[in-house]
Amino acid sequence: MLALVGSFCSGLLFAIGLGIAGMTLPQKVLAFLDVAGDWDPSLALVMISSAGVYFVLHRLVLRRGRPLAGAKFALPTRRDIDAPLVMGAAMFGIGWGLVGLCPGPAVAALASLHEDALVFFVSMIAGMYAYGTLHVIGSRDPDGGASALDLLLSKR
Amino acid sequence: MEGFTPWAALAGGALIGLAALLLLLCNGRIAGISGILGGSLEPKRGDLLWRVLFFFGLLTGGLVTLWWLPGALDIRVDVSTPAVILAGLLVGLGTRIGSGCTSGHGVCGVGRLAPRSIVESAVFVAAAMLTVYVVRHLLGGI
Repeated sequence: MLALVGSFCSGLLFAIGLGIAGMTLPQKVLAFLDVAGDWDPSLALVMISSAGVYFVLHRLVLRRGRPLAGAKFALPTRRDIDAPLVMGAAMFGIGWGLVGLCPGPAVAALASLHEDALVFFVSMIAGMYAYGTLHVIGSRDPDGGASALDLLLSKR
Repeated sequence: MEGFTPWAALAGGALIGLAALLLLLCNGRIAGISGILGGSLEPKRGDLLWRVLFFFGLLTGGLVTLWWLPGALDIRVDVSTPAVILAGLLVGLGTRIGSGCTSGHGVCGVGRLAPRSIVESAVFVAAAMLTVYVVRHLLGGI
């Protein structure tokens, strides 16, 4: 129960934080990304502030040994820099630069009922779904091992 | 730099960091929005409901923002609808292939000083800046 309430509240505060920071506005995000235009460095401060708070306080949370609900922390452990990471980041960056929406703001922006926000969200989910489908089709391991997509990207 | 809003950016950023910490404290999870959404499209037993609730939390937060700070949802998009569709597809596919976005890599991963996240964040910010430069200053809009 606590895990579910925590999930809801985390999403709620996350979206309100995005709203306060102005990051729900794609035009403000693009004003940061447009270094050759009328540059707005706000997004840099949002990144520094959010990652800084996380950097300082996540150690205290991890010191507990386990989360309040659940047996253990589920943290990524990989440290290798591989081709899918870089290619995925580049694809994401191009899409982000075209409109100025990334996944969190794309969900929060649905509240505006703005037509482009709705079109963007549906397209984004379609992109995620396409990845999942390619992954399942291409993978012999039902738990998402190397798939045809991974092989294509990493040439392994 | 007339649009620069340093205090709102710092305060909103701090709240984003705290929200991500709340998920770590309660569930032991990384608050990565593309991972949470993408994982709900490929559900495993007992792993779906928290994702759906996080999604509805975000959506409710959007509604709270609309009511409290309506200007923060006064969205303006200058590119054409086909460009919006292409952008959405690239963001959806790219964040899944790169296993994360601005939240999971940018906030949590950079906050944990994870090398994959630092590389990923540098690449997507650089790619986005280059894209904006090409679209706005070389093509004059698409």
